[in-house]
Amino acid sequence: MTKAITVSGLHKSFGRTHALAGLDLDVEAGEVHGFLGPNGSGKSTTIRVLLGLLRADSGAAQLLGRDPWHDAVALHRRVAYVPGDVTLWRNLSGGEVIDLYGKLRGGLDRARRDDLVERFELDPTKKGRTYSKGNRQKVALVAAFASDVDLLILDEPTSGLDPLMEEVFQRCVTEERERGRTVLLSSHLLSEVETLCDRVSIIRKGVTVESGSLAELRHLTRTSVTAELAGPPNGLAHLPGVHDLAVEDRRVRLQVDTDKLDGVLRSLTEAGIRSLTSTPPTLEELFLRHYQDAAENGDETVVAR
Amino acid sequence: MTAHASLATTAFGTSESATARQLAGTAALLRLALRRDRVMMPVWILLVAGLVLTMPGSLESVYGTAAERADAMESMNSNSSMRAMYGPVFGDSIGALSAWRIGGYAGVLAAVMSLVIVVRHTREEEESGRQEMLSASMVGRRAPLTAALLAAFVANAGAGLLITAGMAGQGASGALALGLGIAGTGMLFATTAAIAAQLTESARLAKGLTAAVLGAAFVLRAAGDAGSAEGSSAATWLSPLGWQENLRAFAGERWWVLALVAAALVAQGVVAYGLAGRRDVGMSFLPTRPGPARGRIGTAGALAWRLQRGAVFGWTAGFLLAGMVFGQMASGAADIVGDNESTRDIIERMGGGSGLTNAFLATMTGLFGMVAGLYVASSVLRLHGEETSQRAEPVLAGAVGRLRWAAGHLVIAFGGTVLLMAVCGAGMAIGHGGEAGALLGACLARLPAIWVLGGLAVLLVGAYPRGAVAVWAVVGVCLAIGWIGPALDLPQAVMNLSPFSHLPKLPGAEVSWPPLITLTLVAVVLVAGGLAGLRRRDVIG
Repeated sequence: MTKAITVSGLHKSFGRTHALAGLDLDVEAGEVHGFLGPNGSGKSTTIRVLLGLLRADSGAAQLLGRDPWHDAVALHRRVAYVPGDVTLWRNLSGGEVIDLYGKLRGGLDRARRDDLVERFELDPTKKGRTYSKGNRQKVALVAAFASDVDLLILDEPTSGLDPLMEEVFQRCVTEERERGRTVLLSSHLLSEVETLCDRVSIIRKGVTVESGSLAELRHLTRTSVTAELAGPPNGLAHLPGVHDLAVEDRRVRLQVDTDKLDGVLRSLTEAGIRSLTSTPPTLEELFLRHYQDAAENGDETVVAR
Repeated sequence: MTAHASLATTAFGTSESATARQLAGTAALLRLALRRDRVMMPVWILLVAGLVLTMPGSLESVYGTAAERADAMESMNSNSSMRAMYGPVFGDSIGALSAWRIGGYAGVLAAVMSLVIVVRHTREEEESGRQEMLSASMVGRRAPLTAALLAAFVANAGAGLLITAGMAGQGASGALALGLGIAGTGMLFATTAAIAAQLTESARLAKGLTAAVLGAAFVLRAAGDAGSAEGSSAATWLSPLGWQENLRAFAGERWWVLALVAAALVAQGVVAYGLAGRRDVGMSFLPTRPGPARGRIGTAGALAWRLQRGAVFGWTAGFLLAGMVFGQMASGAADIVGDNESTRDIIERMGGGSGLTNAFLATMTGLFGMVAGLYVASSVLRLHGEETSQRAEPVLAGAVGRLRWAAGHLVIAFGGTVLLMAVCGAGMAIGHGGEAGALLGACLARLPAIWVLGGLAVLLVGAYPRGAVAVWAVVGVCLAIGWIGPALDLPQAVMNLSPFSHLPKLPGAEVSWPPLITLTLVAVVLVAGGLAGLRRRDVIG
């Protein structure tokens, strides 16, 4: 498969703050790629470099095989962008803005535009200043999904959408994937990422810390196990990969590195299992681990955007 | 940070009466306003007061003896175009002449200062959504407006006090009248702005409405004074600027005029508070109509035109009307009696050239040129506004190059100056009843200097966006030099700082091409530098 986005060793500083400190990102063509990270970790900065709005200090970035800074205009015909905070012109109607955004890109599928306006329940005759945050977001989303492009870059696009609209959004992204388009989705809604994304990249302080499919990432983290045993547990504490062990008479609760699960189960079976619950790690746990690491290490670099 | 912290403490300390509840948090909001304006406000105050306080010294150097001053007074008063510009002279003391020469313009400046302050702390706060946060805390319904008016009061009182103290040497009661008059005009337009801020949903429109009222007040006063040497015509009395003039500082002060100012202040205040109490936060009385469901705007240029066309139409109408009014007045310039040397001297320094009609027309053309400098600066700064509001980001994320994006706005900015000056020349020719070619040419000959200011704005927006608003300071200095420089008899080196000083004084003088060409080239270089910077830098976000 060809790459839609390749970024390697990207650096970008604003004065003394290092927003990006060697970031890597690979997005395959045709996939929905989740882009995760705490606030201020450099997601929006990366996206703005990819859009040619910011000039990287060093490192390589390619969008659809071309340079995002030098070939910005040509590239932007094939890219639709939805910012996390949509600002509209006060005196232009939503419909005018949708058509403007569409025309400024490769063009707009009118039938799809009308269909999306209806699905998102947007009133396109209202003026920019009278829209709520969610409705401003819908204006940008309709324009992006109706545009005739190869790549969608969505920067926290669902902030402000209600759960019903969130569902419409998820269906739209699925349709985009079915049509063979690539989506880079920066998001804080982990359920959304879990449902939609083929692969994810997690970044922290301007560096990529994890990247891969959800299955691959799960493998790197811990499973929680709760068991009721027939006899007293023995030797659990000494097994490799066991964490947070709590033994209460014959009830056992523990966390285990997913690749060490085998040994733990064997040890439990030896004691005789009455009941057993094992929960695979959620993306949330995966994510929180990185957040907490950040907090423990003293997160001194808080960079906006 | 301190302002936010104290917001809470003050708000909790209020009593339970209804008025107090409506005003809860005013003190904290006022402190917040003063903190935000800690640079802007002192600059304004010093500008208004400084304009007035430099006047006596320079007048003394031009009119040294009492006889010269009496002579000047007589010739100024007998000339209807001079009266239209400055109002009648009520006395021949240095103080009275200072009040005549600069009092009216200082009042206009105080009014502009006040409208900026009031709109900034009322409608602009609501438009940006910041007011919502504040109003959700213990802030009364009337507190924001009260705080804004108090901030304007602080600024006007500061300017008034400085003027009174600085002019006291010319006579204490005259100094008090002048200070009160200027501060009173400022506060009057502060309340006008307060009303406008309730009526409109956009801060820009609120400022525009208030500025239009101010412009109308100026034209009324000018028209009234053109017809009367006593400042007693009905048109003058209809204008708040005419009230300030009729306070007659340093010339037998008529204190009762202040009662008129106070009554108008109270009346406008009541209207503003009435409106403020009857509407929702963020809403207005001029309702929003729905727009089209489909758009026809398809390019960055069309978008720029859509965003700026209202301003272009407004400025064009203003220039046409003002050109007609002042063209009409030019005929009066011939009424001047005798060949008073010093008067002829001062007019010729301003307008240059042969014949007083031409000198007057040239002075007016010069003034219009400088006002067009305000247009070009504000129009170029729309680019900056689009960028900082992040509305430019999705446009630039489309297939729009930065130069193409900028070009849309710049064509309107620079093309607009041609339109404005052409319309102004046409208006003057209509009002004057002839000399269309000469007047049109004179107006268009101001363009190179206007373009230099526009070019500077492009350079700042493109290459040093953090300092973009500094353009206003430069435009302000150029206006000040052109406006009062000739009367102050400033040294040529200072005059030369303004691009306008290098232009031939038309109509009347010879057309000299070198400065016109040089200034145009300077403008081209500035624009090119700005665009080169824009291509290279990060987009602000």
